[in-house]
Formats: sequence, C-alpha cells, structure tokens
Amino acid sequence: MSKSGILKSSIARKVAMALSAFFLMIFLLQHFAINSISLFSASAFNEVSHFMGTNFFIQFIMQPILIFAVVFHFIMGFILEARNMKARSVKYVKNNGNANSTWMSRNMLYSGLVILAFLGLHFYDFWIPEIMHKYVHVLPEDPTRYFGELQHKFVDPVRVGLYCVSFVLLALHLLHGFNSAFQSVGANNKYTRGLKKFGTAYAILIPLGFIVIAIFHHLNHC
Amino acid sequence: MATLDAKIPAGPIKDKWTNHKNKINVVNPANKRLIDVIVVGTGLAGGSAAASLAEMGYNVKAFCFQDSPRRAHSIAAQGGINAAKNYQNDGDSVYRLFYDTVKGGDYRAREANVYRLAEVSANIIDQCVAQGVPFARDYGGLLDNRSFGGVLVSRTFYAKGQTGQQLLLGAYSAMNRQIGKGKIKMYNRHEMLELVKVEGKARGIIARNLVTGEIERHSAHAVVIASGGYGNVFFLSTNAMGSNVTAAWRIHKKGAYFANPCYTQIHPTCIPRSGDYQSKLTLMSESLRNDGRIWVPKHMKDVEAIRNGSRKPTDLTEDERDYYLERRYPAFGNLVPRDVASRAAKERCDAGFGVNETGEAVYLDFASAIQRYGKEKATVLGEQNPSAQRVLELGEKVVEDKYGNLFQMYEKITDDNPYKTPMKIYPAVHYTMGGIWVDYNLMTTIPGCYAAGEANFSDHGANRLGASALMQGLADGYFVLPYTIGDYLADDIRTGEISTDTPEFEEAEKEVISRLEAFINNKGSKSVDHFHKRLGKVMWDKVGMARNEQGLKEAIEEIRQIREEFHKDVFVPGSMYELNPELEKAARVEDFLELGELFAYDALMRTESCGGHFREESAETDGPQKGEAKRDDENFAYVAAWEWTGDPGKATLHKEELTFNDIELKQRSYK
Amino acid sequence: MKLTLKIWRQKDRNDKGGIETYPIDNVSEHMSFLEMMDVLNEQLVSEGKEPVAFDHDCREGICGMCSMQINGEAHGPDRGVTTCQLHMRKFKDGDTIYIEPFRAKGFPIIKDLVVDRSAFDRIQHAGGFVSVNTSGNTQDANAIPIPKTDADNAFDAATCIGCGACVASCKNASAMLFVSAKVSQFALLPQGKVEAKRRVLNMVEQMDKEGFGNCTNTGACEVECPKGISLENIARMNREYLKASIFSE
Repeated sequence: MSKSGILKSSIARKVAMALSAFFLMIFLLQHFAINSISLFSASAFNEVSHFMGTNFFIQFIMQPILIFAVVFHFIMGFILEARNMKARSVKYVKNNGNANSTWMSRNMLYSGLVILAFLGLHFYDFWIPEIMHKYVHVLPEDPTRYFGELQHKFVDPVRVGLYCVSFVLLALHLLHGFNSAFQSVGANNKYTRGLKKFGTAYAILIPLGFIVIAIFHHLNHC
Repeated sequence: MATLDAKIPAGPIKDKWTNHKNKINVVNPANKRLIDVIVVGTGLAGGSAAASLAEMGYNVKAFCFQDSPRRAHSIAAQGGINAAKNYQNDGDSVYRLFYDTVKGGDYRAREANVYRLAEVSANIIDQCVAQGVPFARDYGGLLDNRSFGGVLVSRTFYAKGQTGQQLLLGAYSAMNRQIGKGKIKMYNRHEMLELVKVEGKARGIIARNLVTGEIERHSAHAVVIASGGYGNVFFLSTNAMGSNVTAAWRIHKKGAYFANPCYTQIHPTCIPRSGDYQSKLTLMSESLRNDGRIWVPKHMKDVEAIRNGSRKPTDLTEDERDYYLERRYPAFGNLVPRDVASRAAKERCDAGFGVNETGEAVYLDFASAIQRYGKEKATVLGEQNPSAQRVLELGEKVVEDKYGNLFQMYEKITDDNPYKTPMKIYPAVHYTMGGIWVDYNLMTTIPGCYAAGEANFSDHGANRLGASALMQGLADGYFVLPYTIGDYLADDIRTGEISTDTPEFEEAEKEVISRLEAFINNKGSKSVDHFHKRLGKVMWDKVGMARNEQGLKEAIEEIRQIREEFHKDVFVPGSMYELNPELEKAARVEDFLELGELFAYDALMRTESCGGHFREESAETDGPQKGEAKRDDENFAYVAAWEWTGDPGKATLHKEELTFNDIELKQRSYK
Repeated sequence: MKLTLKIWRQKDRNDKGGIETYPIDNVSEHMSFLEMMDVLNEQLVSEGKEPVAFDHDCREGICGMCSMQINGEAHGPDRGVTTCQLHMRKFKDGDTIYIEPFRAKGFPIIKDLVVDRSAFDRIQHAGGFVSVNTSGNTQDANAIPIPKTDADNAFDAATCIGCGACVASCKNASAMLFVSAKVSQFALLPQGKVEAKRRVLNMVEQMDKEGFGNCTNTGACEVECPKGISLENIARMNREYLKASIFSE
C-alpha cells in the first residue's frame, strides 16, 4: 500500500505539487535577484548572466530540473483540477464561494493558465533565442550582450503591459500558493501566523519587483 | 395479577454479579460463529452491545433509522458519565454510587441491578479511555471530574458539554472495527416495525428500508432492543425528532411487559418554549447547575417590570431575588435532583413568578460564578487587586472553558448573551425511566428478546440522576448483555440458521404492509403532526409534572378520542415504496397514541408520589417536608409491568415486588 | 416575514431534479430554519402536495443529520451552527432563499435534500478506531497521563459531527477535514499512536476510493464547519501520511 500510496493518493499528489512549488518559488527569488541587478549595473548584470548561461551545473543540471518542475507543476495542476471537477458532477444552482474562501484560492487554475501563457511568451522572447544562439547557431560568446538584449525586449509597450498583467496574476497565484504549499506538506503550527505574513509579503513584493524592473527598462532604454 | 420473577441471583449483593457471571452458560467460540443476533438501535446501549457481541464472535445485524449509527440520540447527552473511581478522593465507592442511585430513583429501582451498574461503572471509564475517548483532563494529565445533581461527591467524567457525543463515537468506533471485519452487518436507514416470534421465542424482525420503502425480513437467534426512550409521546421534548417508541411498543404488543410507563424525567434546565411552531426543546446541561444559581424575583412588581421590559434581571439586587432552591434545600441547593428542581420551578411559575412572556421561565445566573472564578484565576496568575473588568474577563474565560459550547448554543437559539444576562430556563421532558420490563439478565418476558439502555426500565427507579444514563447504556451494552445473552444462546447452538421463509415471517410481514397501506390509503385531511401535537398537549397538561386523578381520567378519554380521529382522518402523502418521512412519522405516532394511554393509566393506578411521578393527592401536608412528594412504600414498592391485551386501557398489571435488603427505605430528603 | 424559497426537488437518485419555487409567509424570526421548513411542509401537506424531504434529527446541532446548502453555503450564512440551529432572524423579510442538498459525487442524492453520506461511514470502517476489545479489563484510565493540551486538541478534533458541510462547501468536494479530524484525534492520544500509520494510510485510501476531490487548501471547510474543526488537522494528517508512507514497512 505504502508504495502505491505515495504515487497515487490524493495527499501524495498534493505534496508533490507543493514540493515543485517550493522549487519554483526559490527559482523565482533567484531570478528576481539577478534581474534586479540590471537596475543598478549593466556590467554586473552581464557578468552574472554570462555565468548563468555558461556554467555547466546551471545549464545541464539545474535547467533540466527547472523545466521538469515547471512541466510537472502544470501537468499535475491540470490532473488535480480535472479530478476535482469530477468530484462534484452536478454543480450548485447558487454558490457563494466568497463567503468562505478567497478568489485566489478558488481560481488557481486560471491564474496558473495566465502564468503558463506568459511562460510561452517568455520562452519565445528569451529562452529560445538563447538556446539558438548558444547551441544551434553556435555563435561566438559575447559576455556583454545580455543587458542590451534585455532592454531591447522592453521597448514595446504592449509587451510590457502583458508582462505586468502576468505578474499581477502571479501575485494572486502566490498569495494562495505560498501558504498552501506549506499546509500541504503538513506545516501548520505556532509559526504559521508569521509564515503567512511572510508569504503575503513574498507574493506581493516579488511580482511587484519584476514589474518595476520591466517598467524601469521600458522608460530607460537607450 | 401474577408476580414476576426477576431471576436475581442469590447471595450477598456485592457478590451477585461475579457469582452470576461465573455460573451462567457460555457459548464456545466456534459455536458463536453460528449464531446471529439482531440489535435494534445504535446508541450507547445498542452500539456498545453490537460491538461487544461481534467481538465475542456472534454475527450481529444492527439497525438504525438514522443515516449512520453515529447519529443516535445518545450523541446529544451533554454533561457527563458517573463512575465510582474515587479519583478525587472524596470518599466515593461502589456502594455510595449504588446508594445514591437507589435513593435518587426514590427507591423504585431493583437493588441488584443498580449495584451491578455501580460495580461496572469504573470499567466503563477504563474502556472508553482505551478507545481514545478524549475526556477532560487536568494539567497533571489525569482525568478531571465534576459534580452533578443529587450527590455529594465529584464522580462525573466529562468531555466539555459533549460527553454523550464522545462516548457514542467511542462505541461507534468499536462498531466500525467490527463492521470493517464483517462481523457486524449494519443496516442504516432501516426501521424495525415488527418482532417475529417462532414457537414463542424472538427469532427476527420485520424492518422497512426507509430509502426504498421495501419491507425486509431479518432472522436471528436473539433480538436486542436498544431503541431508547419514549419522551416524544409529549411531542415537545429534548429527544431527537426521530426518537420513538415503535420498537419497544411492537415487542410489547408481542408479549413483552411494559414497566412503569409513567416514570418520566422532566429536566429542569431547558430553553423555554418560544412559540406554537416549536418542534423540539433544547436541553442545557445539568452541569450548569454546578455554577449557575437559579432564581426568580422575590416581588411580583419586579416580575411585571421584567416582563414589560422596564427592568432587566441584572438590575435586581440580591435582596430582590429569590434563590428558591437554595432557600428550600439548603443542603443540596442548586444541585437537588432533577425531579425536585423541576417541580420547584413549576411551583414558582404557577405562583406567577415566571420571568418571560409565557410565564414559564426562571433564571439560571452565572454572575456569581464568573466573579468567583475571576478572582481565583487572578490569584493564580499573581495579579493583586485586579480591576472589576479584569475579574469579569478572567471569570468569563473560565466559564467559557467549562461550558463554552452550551453558552454558544444558548446564544444561537435565544439571541441572548448568557455571559452578560442570566439564562432563562424551564423544565422539559427529557428521559423516560420506564420501559420494557427485563429480568436481571436484561431479557424481556419474551424468550430471546432483550432490552438495553433507556428502552428498559431497570436501573433508575422513578427518577434518574444526572450522568447516569450514559453509565447505564454503556454498562448494559459493553459489560452486561454480552455475558447474559450467552446464557440463553447456549441452548441455541444446534438450531442452525433461521429461515425467513416461514409462516411466522410471512404473517408478520403481511401485518406490517397492511398497516402501512392503511395510512397511505386513508386520504384523511390532517397531517400526522396535527395529531402528535394534540397528544403532546394532553400529555403535558394532564400527565406532566404534576398529575391528579381527574386529569388522568380525562387524559385517557382524550387520548382515546385522538387515536380514533387519527385513524379516521390522518393524511399521509406519497407512496409506500419510496423515502416517505410522513409515513415513518405516522407509524410512530400510532404507537405513541397507544402508549400515551397506558402511560396515563399507569399514572392513575400509582396513587403515590415518587421521583418524577408526582400525584397532587400524595404530598406531605405538614412538618419540615411540607409540600414535598409523599411516597407510599406500603402499597407501591413494586414495579408495575403491564401486559398487552389488545387495548392499552385494559392492560393487565403484573407486579415485581421490590425488596430493599441493603438500603433502608426512607423519605428522600435534600433539605 | 414573507419569503420566497427556491428548493431543489428530486424524486429519487436517478431523477434529474430541479429548483421549485415556494412562497411562504408567517415566518417568525424566532423560528429555526428547520421549523420554517416544517411550516412549509405542513402547508404542502394541507394542499395535498408532497412535502420536501430533508434529513434532521436531534435539532440541537450535535447529531450531524441536517444538511442543507442555503444560499450557496453549507448550513447557511451563520457561523458555528448546523442548519437546525440557524434561526430565521438571520434573514430579512422578502428574501429569496435557495435551498439545495449537499452536493458531491461521494454524496449521491436520495431524494430532494436528502443525501447518502455512507461514504463517511466506510472511511471510518477503514481505520477510525483503536483496536481494543470491550472487555473492560484494560488498564486503569489514569495509568497513562495525557498532557492537557493534547487531550484538549484531541477533543477539539473529535467534536466533528460528520455532517459533511466540509465536503459540501469545498469547491473540490474534498473530505479532508472530516478524515483529518478522526486521524488527528487518535494521532494525538497515546492509545491511538500504536496504529497511527496503518490508520492514516487506510483511511486516506478509502477516502480517495469514494470519489472525494483533492484538498487545495481554500479553507472553505474550516469556515463552514459547524464545530470549528481547524485546518491544522489537515496539516497534521498530511504529516502523519507522509511519515506513514515513508516509514511504514
């Protein structure tokens, strides 16, 4: 029972969802930290980006794990959502969800989908060109190209708008997701109240930071 | 009139049960597998009996009309469960619990049964703790106790105000273990509608599947009735809406004697009625009387001022209040037994001092307890000279810890905050001490048919002490019936499976179907509740807290009249073969209408006052006990067991003489 | 008060069912919600119509039988109460009230507002007990002192009445709060620890089999629970489950 249990049970799925979420939240923090460098120093940003883009550990170990985590998180999210829809085949005629739960907690699927669409755009903007550059066309290394590429992407106001909207949705996703992940792995104790505050701060400040960076570069591109 | 043999074992009272257990027949484990037992009802008695019998190896079929055995009305018991553990070192003992119970029952209980109950009481607590029942504990991690009405020691174990729930869930969990093993086959949403007798022995039941409406036959080697009490004959009571007498009444009509139907407990602390639409009354645990003080205004002008809203109860000074229980019963004060407290409330309200619009309410006041606890707590916390506000705050917290859920319930129902203003309470029908007559083995007068818990009559005499119902239900189910039933079943090991394809089952089933069809085809003009409410009113007005000859005679006539009209004019919508709550009610009310008459008849016959049965003609006329109930031991020290003869008003009386060898019969005084 | 009731009527399990509208007046604000339903049924019976079937029994908020989704909330708009304790003073004259059964795949409808919650029983059969015989010959009740906080927390979890409001209010129809209450009660007590691993694994397996959804921690169950069973119990069950799956033999 225990072996199949850990793979198939509802709790195991939730734990897996939470673990991938933890990984993604740490990744997000790291991503934000690097992006924020671009606000202060182009050269430092280039240096860190170059390191991330060429380091073997990052490129060939962490990057595949990250991709797996992203794919796992959204596939598992879909599976859970589909099962949950099935658990109530006839819906209520009148439902008052606002009375007992937050909008965020009830709409993780939708905030998640928007984030997924954003990821598509993000891949199209940065990741695919990067992979093409390095591994397909095998262009010569240029440790100073990153800052310019970054600024270039934030010229178009439509793209900046989409970027901002996506991050608002990310904030909503995190506002529920951060603490939900802790609850799923069984952490609910005297520290929970403090953790909740921290989670709320994280969920608002990180996406806000990304938005600030985008707008900064939009206004300051050369 | 014949005398009944209760089969009480010989020997000194303290050895009776042990000797009896040693001597009775036992069924060997291999044979137990061949024996089926039906248990009707899954409350404390039925649930614990079903679980214990299944553990022993019998095949158990358990029935309840609710959607799960966990919902039986034992769940609503609030205050606690008594046990002679003497953990508090206040001199408690088996004998003292035995004595208190017999005295509390106004010397109308069977000594041997009560002693056995006291004897096994301590095991119940051990058992429940082992099952994971979360009783209240103190900071040392040991079990806590509180005191209850009618006794001078603290022997009541509790789990906040939800003791019944926790104990029932304990029994339910024991059942679940056996259901999971397949030893209990559980029939939820099934109602027993008839007992089947084969060659004079109970051999099965006819039950209706309440979801599909199908009538089913179920056979067994023995049948246990643990279907609770019949307080709903009053329509308004603290019983659950579905609580009914049907299982008990059906076996009565098949030959089981019904004992002392008139012994009813009117509980002193219930939320008063608020209107005609009211469907049930809500109990406020007796444990509240530990800390609450009961009073009405001393002067009529204040009563009027309160009723018209010009004064609030909290405005009245101590001098303007009449703490009538403390005044009349200085030794026991607010902790007199239930019957005494109820009658005292009625006396004050009848004298015009009732404090609500209907004139049927008295105050239960926690202000002084909050003060006392607040000061104690401040001392514990080392706060010197706490402000009045702080004392109030601390005191309310202590009271909340003890009774929080009860206070919340009160507030939800009445919209009054009992921390700030006294509760209003009034007596209501709560428990029935009477029930199916059983012998020492809990067997009824039908061989192979047993009755346990509130459904039988055995342990509480004419009045039950608080926290004793849970004790009796579990004692019967866990520790008495599973042993005594073996004595009977030992003769059945060669019987083999009992077929339901026999004329006896056929006939019983036919009777049930025609009875139910008659309701559906009646097409009268009035709902079942219409008749039930009328019955309830007659019962409350004339067979309630105080009874007299004239009223009882009138009641009998009126009940017969209502019964006749019911059969002519009741309307039951829908059909038989579907979920049909109106049909369920109709069948139950039909039985209440017969029981009600026997009830009044029994009360009329018993011209003494004892326990919950108060005959106005039989009261002390002078001396220090003036106005108190007057028992007549010379003529009425017996159990009245009634045999069905086809008409409840013509039942035959059988007497079981009560002998008291270990307790001296005296007037019950709580002065 | 005058009200318009929109009530789900469904003849039996296989019927499609739908909302019917019933006007009702002479409703007193002191009535309980179920007493208001009694008045409606009395009215329907007097018109020769079939009354609305609904589950109810103790009417003091402890048996867990009553189960109505009122205006989109399990047990209605009040907090900490079951339907039977909900009073009409929570509504206003002229209100329209939607009354539906608790809905979940695990709770098939039997008739009108009556649902089949036997899935809850089956989850309990899978492990909601301590395996001790009722011999009475167990050790003395005070042999193992239990810290008061553990006993109190176990009690708080044990006050679950099994009404199913948690499932009814969860957007995923998840039964986690119900199951975790039982798991927690026993996990907190020394008597229950012996079988803790087996218990949590088996009960969760049965819960999944019954077709309840996954918990997504929306917290709706805790808000609507008439007994205030805390989400901490779900976290505790998650912990217990993880421990049990990793360390069980």
